[in-house]
Amino acid sequence: MARMVTTQRKVISTAAAWLVGFLIFFPILWMVLASFKTELEAFAIPPSFLFFHWTTENYVTVQERSDYLHHALNSILIAGGSTLIAMLIAIPAAWSMAFSPTKRTKDILLWMLSTKMMPPVGVLVPIYLIYRDFGLLDTRTGLIFILCLGNLPIVIWMLFTYFKEIPKDILEAARMDGATIGRELVYVLTPMAIPGLASTLLLNLILAWNEAFWTLNLSTLEAAPLTTFIASYSSPEGLFWAKLSAASTLAIAPILVLGWFSQRQLVRGLTFGAVK
Amino acid sequence: MATQQTQLLARTLLTPAVALLFIWMIVPLALTLYFATLHYNLLDPGSESFVGLENFRYFLTDPAFLASLQNTLVLVGSVLAITIVLGVPLALLLDQQVVGLSIVRLMVIAPFFVMPTVSALVWKNLLMHPVSGLFAWIAKLFGVPAIDWFNDAPLFSVILIISWQWLPFATLILLTALQSLDEEQKEAAEMDGARAVSTFIYITLPHLARPITVVILIETIFLLTVFAEIFVTTGGGPGLQTTNIAFLIYSQALIQYDVGSASAGGLVAVVLANIVAFFLVRIVGKNLEA
Repeated sequence: MARMVTTQRKVISTAAAWLVGFLIFFPILWMVLASFKTELEAFAIPPSFLFFHWTTENYVTVQERSDYLHHALNSILIAGGSTLIAMLIAIPAAWSMAFSPTKRTKDILLWMLSTKMMPPVGVLVPIYLIYRDFGLLDTRTGLIFILCLGNLPIVIWMLFTYFKEIPKDILEAARMDGATIGRELVYVLTPMAIPGLASTLLLNLILAWNEAFWTLNLSTLEAAPLTTFIASYSSPEGLFWAKLSAASTLAIAPILVLGWFSQRQLVRGLTFGAVK
Repeated sequence: MATQQTQLLARTLLTPAVALLFIWMIVPLALTLYFATLHYNLLDPGSESFVGLENFRYFLTDPAFLASLQNTLVLVGSVLAITIVLGVPLALLLDQQVVGLSIVRLMVIAPFFVMPTVSALVWKNLLMHPVSGLFAWIAKLFGVPAIDWFNDAPLFSVILIISWQWLPFATLILLTALQSLDEEQKEAAEMDGARAVSTFIYITLPHLARPITVVILIETIFLLTVFAEIFVTTGGGPGLQTTNIAFLIYSQALIQYDVGSASAGGLVAVVLANIVAFFLVRIVGKNLEA
């Protein structure tokens, strides 16, 4: 017997949930609205909520004045590059630990997890000096490298938890039928692993896109991704709120969409499988 | 049937990842440890000399250290309290029958996907600005004087922004846990005449104990090293009021160029994080066996 839910209760919880949801979402909504205002309207008091002169000039100006696309491209290359490289290193490792576990597998996994616990600020000094000496400061290569290492433990962990759910019997059946390791990989494992691979890729793109410790400290202009670019608006050079909002809206829009698709995986990935 | 060949293959596949992470963990940490024993200032090149534990003594007795340690603890503690105290009822609410739940969920989770520099600047300029921010306007509507957030309550302002970023995370994890709670158990309790409050205290809350622990541990690890939000809003000030350990180390390293002292501070941060990590790794490890 399903629990009886009275209509009244449903109405109340619906109203409450929508109200709370709206409040939490409001700052983002407010930012998007501000991005379509003129600079004057963006800081006008009393503020106008919907009935203002809608304009897209901010989006045009942001690109013209600050080379927005350059930083967007940096973000794409850095987030995408670091994620792809991390996947290439992690897939074999996770595959090996999920399908040929040894006595030490658990220890290795926990050790990998513990490397993620190291606060980045603890190694800021040596990384900065190494980067300075090797000419890696403010380069995309340098950022790709560091974000890749930073996210590698999460990538391996997520892939491991997904791979572990692939039933081993299937592999054995394939082997009985005389499939080689190569064929097994292509025809049996890959199709079953694709959902897990996709979720891992998505979550780590998001994490790398939003990473704001190394990007702020190791990039200034040439290699600056959107995080650093937006931070440059913090020094007040006049009133740039509408433009800041436009730049911010563009910076978060793609990731918001990806993020909404990957809510479930987020829980799993960020809790290292402790909450599913 | 693990043949020797597959074992060898497995090991070969695992090696690159292990080697990379090992280097990533050991080399910078060893260098930090080494620099921490040197007098080493980038503005004063050539003056490097071994000073033993002098940097640690300097860092730990620096009044800025105690202030920033206190700020770090207040920040972490407050954000944890806020996200959990609000996250539990919010997760319970979203676990009810709500019309349009998927849209509400999207709105609630959204702040987590906003990059830290964007959320900090949006809050600082569009909402909390003392003259033309939305909060100032609301205060004016009610005839209350507007608050100059980042001057009058700088640490609280930073806490507010970070709580907004992490509330979705806590809520989402708690909600996921709630949805795995056995409906029949709750029904049975209701049939036995248990009231909603006692169902919550005796069934729901114990079920949430584990996810709450996980939320606390994971948030702590990230919150201990909050950086971007402080960097773009207050720059650690006014004075030291919003300087946390991470920001203090950053300013010693890249503003004062005092490599030795910043390295000593970095090691202090590593020790702090390891205390938390110890417990998290144990919980996750237990889960691996199940």
